[in-house]
Amino acid sequence: MRDVAILGVGMTKFGELWDRSFREIGIEAGFQALVDAKLSSGDLGALYLGNMASGSLIAQEHIAPLILDYSGLGPHHIAAVRVEGGGASGALALHEGWLAVASGAHDFVVVGGAEKLTDVPDVEASRITGGTADHEWEAVFGATLPGLWAMIARRHMHDFGTTREAFAQVAVQMHENGSKNPNAHYRNKITLEAVTGATPVAEPLGMLDCAPFSDGAAAVVLGPMERARKFTDTPIRLAASQVACDAMALHHRREITTVDSTVVAAKRAFAQARRAPADVQLVEVNDAYTIAGLVALEDLGFVEKGKSGPAFLNGEFARGARLSMNTSGGLKSQGQPFGAVGVAQAVEIVRQLRGEAKERQVSGATLGLAHNLGGTGGTSVVHLLERTN
Amino acid sequence: MEAGIVSYGVYVPRHRITPTEIGKVWGVDGAGMGAGLNVHRKSVPAPDEDTITISTEALRTALIRGAIDPQEIGALYIGSESHPYAVKPSATVVAQAVGATPNLTAADYEFACKAGTAAIQTCLGLVGAKMVRYGVAIGTDTSQGAPGDALEYSASAGGAALIIGRERVIARVEDTVSYTTDTPDFWRREGQRYPSHSGRFTGEPAYFRHVTECAHRMMERVHTTPADYQHVVFHQPNGKFPQRVGKQLGFTEAQMRHGLVTPFIGNTYSGAALIGLANVLDHAKPSERILMVGYGSGAGSDAFDLTTTEEIAQFDRSFGPPVEQFLHNGIEIPYATYAKFRGKINMGGE
Amino acid sequence: MTIARFWRETPQRYNLGGAKCTVCQTVYFPPRSVCPSCAQHRQSIGKLEPFHLSGEGEVVTFSVVHDAAEGFEMQVPYVLAIVRTREGPQLTGQVVDVDPKEVKIGLKVRATFRKLREEGKAGVIHYGYKFAPAEDWDGRPPGRGMPAHVPSELPTRPAEGSARA
Repeated sequence: MRDVAILGVGMTKFGELWDRSFREIGIEAGFQALVDAKLSSGDLGALYLGNMASGSLIAQEHIAPLILDYSGLGPHHIAAVRVEGGGASGALALHEGWLAVASGAHDFVVVGGAEKLTDVPDVEASRITGGTADHEWEAVFGATLPGLWAMIARRHMHDFGTTREAFAQVAVQMHENGSKNPNAHYRNKITLEAVTGATPVAEPLGMLDCAPFSDGAAAVVLGPMERARKFTDTPIRLAASQVACDAMALHHRREITTVDSTVVAAKRAFAQARRAPADVQLVEVNDAYTIAGLVALEDLGFVEKGKSGPAFLNGEFARGARLSMNTSGGLKSQGQPFGAVGVAQAVEIVRQLRGEAKERQVSGATLGLAHNLGGTGGTSVVHLLERTN
Repeated sequence: MEAGIVSYGVYVPRHRITPTEIGKVWGVDGAGMGAGLNVHRKSVPAPDEDTITISTEALRTALIRGAIDPQEIGALYIGSESHPYAVKPSATVVAQAVGATPNLTAADYEFACKAGTAAIQTCLGLVGAKMVRYGVAIGTDTSQGAPGDALEYSASAGGAALIIGRERVIARVEDTVSYTTDTPDFWRREGQRYPSHSGRFTGEPAYFRHVTECAHRMMERVHTTPADYQHVVFHQPNGKFPQRVGKQLGFTEAQMRHGLVTPFIGNTYSGAALIGLANVLDHAKPSERILMVGYGSGAGSDAFDLTTTEEIAQFDRSFGPPVEQFLHNGIEIPYATYAKFRGKINMGGE
Repeated sequence: MTIARFWRETPQRYNLGGAKCTVCQTVYFPPRSVCPSCAQHRQSIGKLEPFHLSGEGEVVTFSVVHDAAEGFEMQVPYVLAIVRTREGPQLTGQVVDVDPKEVKIGLKVRATFRKLREEGKAGVIHYGYKFAPAEDWDGRPPGRGMPAHVPSELPTRPAEGSARA
């Protein structure tokens, strides 16, 4: 396997993009990435497109050739593949792109992620996204995604004494981070009292513990590290790309409060990169629900199991602290266009490592981790991104 | 007759509403209304309960108490006027849910409030003829009265399941007799949400005539007088009718005591007489004689003469709540919750 | 949801029909055709037999759901829980007949039979398991549960060896 670099990145604004269609946002992100990589479309070998549920959300399947076509790449007849892994679809597409380039099957590929959630009513979007958990044995009995994560939160509070304030503070911190991100869905700052006092969704989680349904797209261009210097002065090396899976239903997991797929993917990623959690300065975790952010910090190895609450309240994961978590604002503030999330996490880390994050720039970071997850952890994907110069 | 009751189970939903609370909404003296009807609380099913779920709970209790293999059930009949489907049997769902399928016959019965007792008679015939080992007769309803109508103060939800067989009988059925005429005192037309009734016509020519005539015929056939019975159970659309008809027939308050449940849970329609009988069985000792007279509008009565056996002393009542628990417990809810639970709020879109 | 899709799971949803591996004795719900606990998965193929759960268990974790899934709107707020059954398997379901404030981790529950949801006013009604406190309203012996014996010949059981993970 050869080293793979990210040569270019791009993303649309995340949010309720009422006036923009699925294909428009998909194309915009892809072009930004291609322009950023200074690559001509004729050099591309393949397109991998992460998307969770276009069939249910916009009644359009077979979307990878559609995006290829409207990007003007149709005449090149390159391979275009849709990749689906629930909320982890974006990172899973990135993994496929990495495999293609690392193996030598292709030299240059575009990895995109796109989702259009606002073309269906909220209640339908809830049902569709709920399908990333086990429909037959969870959703049929009234389980929703927030309901499932709320059960993780309840058990975490019971087992470790995690406080309501600890995961509420995640939302506060994410909005603080997102306020500096022009692409974020929500740029307003919120208070702890606003989070704990918000309308309950699934106790103990309230409205402000939940990431929004957003539209958006993101893309990166990958190529072999040995040719990267032709295109950019600051190629970012994909030091690790790992996927791990687990039981679909939360009730079938080894433990309610540990997402084993994340634990395993992280261990494999650190082994692949020959690095340790302490080497990481930047992390983008899947905080679709505030509690999910805390659990991810534990499962990735950044804090001992059960200790994430006090550590978070202690400011250990604020921007510029020992580990900067979700400088983008995370899913909570930057937004949650499911299939685009995993790619957007990579975009944020690349921009940080290159020093292009402007107002929210963290100084001196060289290693970042992106953690993307589907459902309640049926799939977890971990990438390590490294600046090599 | 060598057939009788082998086991029984009761289920009444947990929520209750008082006549006072209902009266508040309609500007009526609810407490007075309740006192007049002798109905002090009525049960209300939760939004996820219906006659199928009530039947299943009652029958599961009966099967466990009697330690009966559900595969030995050869016939299952559910008497109700509030089957959730107009077409599609409740009985098949219940049979599947208790593990009785596929080797049995099953059907839904409807005869206003008397379909449960009609189911008992069918089972007695099948069991007596040795066509089946066990027959299940369920009487249950989640009946509705139109908002503001007098029926709203009494119409409630609940049910009982009786397992009829020849072995280990706890209450032998000595005989049964019916009395049936065409008397339109209460009805609900196809597609109508709430039933209609003929006011005071539901009394003398309907309930009282049929119950009295049927009780007389029963006692004539088995050569008894009211004094021969330890317990009597009547259909009980409210708490007052059965008391009056009992007195007219010559029964005492003591004989009626355990069989009268409507004052505490309301009128469970097809379930009413059966739940009353179940409460009697909860208290009965061996060799006690019981007269039960059901009534259904439209109209007809089924009477049963039963005698408890030595088996009832060994009968395991420890599983499942006794009927008295349903009578004296429950959670009271306001009319607004009741209206939501019973689908009385117009949600639009229809 | 199509009718067939719900109907084929009836033995599980109505009767808690699971499976037991005859090699390692592990119980599964819903039934599986391959045992994940057996070191050599292949040796378990065809060795799982029907096994019914008693419906008894305790709450492992729970939430009070206010923002309902489609079709559950009339039931809010409802208690959603993961229950660990006496036989081992965990499953997700609602806890009914209880004040949400009184639900605790460790609460003993028993299976009950309720409507899960309706396909609108004219469509079919889906029934299945929910849970209720095992101690009844005033601490009396439990009033809900499954009959001691449920048949092994369930009508929609998959053919031996068919994939059904």
